[in-house]
Amino acid sequence: MASGTASDAPRTAAPPRSKWTRGEHLIWLTGSALGICLLMILGLLLVILTNGLGMFWPSRIEQLTLKDGSVLAGEPVQRQAIPNPGQPDHLKKHRVQLKVGNRDLYGFDFKWVDESEIAKREEAAGLYLIERSEYGPLIGTPVKVVEGEKEIATGAAAVRARLPELVAKADRDREAVKAIEKDEIGGVNYTLERIRLDRRKLDYRLKQDPSRDQSAERRALEKREQEQKARYAELEEKLAKRMEAATGTRVTFRTVDGQEKELRALDVYRAYPANELSWPGRARVYGSRLWSFLTDEPREANTEGGIFPAIFGTVMMVFLMSLAVVPLGVLAALYLREYARQGPLVRTVRIAVNNLAGVPSIVFGVFGLGFFVYFVGGGIDRIFFPEALPTPTYGTGGILWASLTLALLTVPVVIVAAEEALAAVPRSMREASLAMGATRFQTILRVVLPAAAPGILTGLILAMARAAGEVAPLMLTGVVKLAPELPLDGFFPFFHLDRKFMHLGFHIYDVGFQSPNVEAAKPMVYTTTVFLLIIVVLMNITAITVRNYLRQKYKTSAF
Amino acid sequence: MLMADQEMKTTAPDTGLRIRTEVKVPEAAVAARAGGEPDIVCRNVNLSYGDNHVLHDVTMDMEDRRVTALIGPSGCGKSTLLRCLNRMNDLIDNVKVWGEIKVKGLDINAPTTDVIEVRRRVGMVFQKSNPFPKSIYENVIYGLRIAGINDRATLDEACEHSLRGAALWDEVKDRLDESGLGLSGGQMQRLCIARAIAVEPEIILMDEPCSALDPIATLKIEELIYQLKERYTIVTVTHNLQQAARVSDKTAFFWLGRLVEFGPTAEMFTAPKDKLTEDYITGRFG
Repeated sequence: MASGTASDAPRTAAPPRSKWTRGEHLIWLTGSALGICLLMILGLLLVILTNGLGMFWPSRIEQLTLKDGSVLAGEPVQRQAIPNPGQPDHLKKHRVQLKVGNRDLYGFDFKWVDESEIAKREEAAGLYLIERSEYGPLIGTPVKVVEGEKEIATGAAAVRARLPELVAKADRDREAVKAIEKDEIGGVNYTLERIRLDRRKLDYRLKQDPSRDQSAERRALEKREQEQKARYAELEEKLAKRMEAATGTRVTFRTVDGQEKELRALDVYRAYPANELSWPGRARVYGSRLWSFLTDEPREANTEGGIFPAIFGTVMMVFLMSLAVVPLGVLAALYLREYARQGPLVRTVRIAVNNLAGVPSIVFGVFGLGFFVYFVGGGIDRIFFPEALPTPTYGTGGILWASLTLALLTVPVVIVAAEEALAAVPRSMREASLAMGATRFQTILRVVLPAAAPGILTGLILAMARAAGEVAPLMLTGVVKLAPELPLDGFFPFFHLDRKFMHLGFHIYDVGFQSPNVEAAKPMVYTTTVFLLIIVVLMNITAITVRNYLRQKYKTSAF
Repeated sequence: MLMADQEMKTTAPDTGLRIRTEVKVPEAAVAARAGGEPDIVCRNVNLSYGDNHVLHDVTMDMEDRRVTALIGPSGCGKSTLLRCLNRMNDLIDNVKVWGEIKVKGLDINAPTTDVIEVRRRVGMVFQKSNPFPKSIYENVIYGLRIAGINDRATLDEACEHSLRGAALWDEVKDRLDESGLGLSGGQMQRLCIARAIAVEPEIILMDEPCSALDPIATLKIEELIYQLKERYTIVTVTHNLQQAARVSDKTAFFWLGRLVEFGPTAEMFTAPKDKLTEDYITGRFG
């Protein structure tokens, strides 16, 4: 720094650098940019997490006695100032919103109450919140339990003692009924459908070749059908018996305004005394609600119940998409990087690929609908399933077409990442392999691809994150509000890639904006979002773990 | 710099003599050589990268089971010539080679010649050691694997044989399954040599094999080259003149893409015929 030529010359001080040239401003600028980004992300996460995970917490029930004498009970949801512009009481008074439940009795779930009208507010003892199969929750006090014609428990205390057992039994009954309906009757139905299609196939063949004798085949089909129909009747009877046994028990509750409601015990999913629960009790309710949210199927137009089919559909769709996009993207990148002669054409292709990532996803959806669903799927139907037409088999939206559409949507990401990964493989490594007498193909397979695998996986991670969150193209290519069957089940051939499926992203849209009861479904939206995020994170962590393992294995020489 | 050169000049002839007296050439090879032509024959080899004419009419023979050193300042074309001998230049766009190169009688640039076969017969060791990110074992047998040999016993034997040949066996025999990248620089370079000799080539090309190594590792590689000479014809490019003097039997001096002088190493370092050669080996330029 000192510029003196001789040691005894006076040291000329270097001119002090201004703050600007020292670059402190840049540190502040970059720091605050990062800070703003983090703040926004954290804020978003916080909103989603608090709203989403709070949904399961059993809150207390307030009982309000109004000045006109009427009584209301419900979970307080929010409190807000009443706007009355121009008046002195503008935003001075408040009102509260209660989730009162009992939609079947009141016709609404939520009610606003002006605080000025409230005479008495209390957390009344003995109030139960009952989750049931229809009409949202019921809030009231237990009155009696009836089995057949006989009253087996009367009065709040007696019913309370019996409730846990009733609910547990209802759970078992539902499981049993579902097992009969879904697995056994479902299996018979599946077989009957196959028989129907086989018969249509025979009809179809007859038209093409009227001389052929089909009597043996038809007799066999007839026989199988008779067997299945007999089995069906048997199962129907079994189901009826089971239902009879299950529906004999009924519980009656009385709401705070004195109406009585009788429920079949079978319809009660959960019941807890909201104001008397201890903290561990609340935590148990929370856990059980969370668990059933994750593992149950949706009920009541998706506003209640769980999201299991949507989770399953999302994961399977992303999985199928990865299976399609990685080979496609890597092969394309290999050609671009390893074989193609680098020149204006390749540069143009590269730019085009990059721009493909900017095409609106709905355009990919339209393409998927036109190409995969109608053209490819329709073609498959005409060639392989002509007997089922005009009912389409593959010629309609399904998980396979949705996955392929998303694969197309995300392939630019994989191509770009794979190309960079391939370019980063040291030239010396390729030369070593080629100098050993390896062909180009062997070099790529044994040296280049393993070394580029971590980078390719980075591309896959980006692609998966994008695909898991994409909704618009799915709406055209196979996602549905409610899929009765999962794309993977116990009936041959197990993977039913032609089936429609549920997806968390679409579920959010559907519950949040297409639901008949948007207000009641709002917490569901947040919770579903939380789980969509969790699934994306989990899938990413898996991919990152694999990538780190590969990096460790194929780390290139530092020397 | 000057002192170093003088020292070199005094020691070089001794080294050269030592090599010549101690080398044992098998009878069969002598017989083969007596009748046939040298291992590698270059006749008027030219090479251009696009418009850039890099090699001009190089004509030289490299003899069987001898070490030929190619020396010269940077950019003189010695590495380019080396890479012509196993057609590694094919990997670069816009390269044109003309003139004749014959390896063991095979015209390697003929259209009918299989480049894979050429490279299998002419092994190469690079300036920067470049083991694959695989185990030591897999590194050594890479050439056999790509040739489709998967018999475990054959591979094991080839691995041991090659590692012994590269004087690395004793150092790595207990950790063949560990990554080849965990070795030291010198060991990695010997691993690359083991990998090259595993496929039993006839010729080994070395492109400045010691330039990134410390003196002790360099010494080991030089000893190794000396041993390998008994079985393989070796062509090495080096910037280290002492090394050229120590390990080679014949030396070729290149300048601006032309072969200036080519002759027995001892003669070249003691009595260079060309003024340019003398200037270069005495350190006046380069």
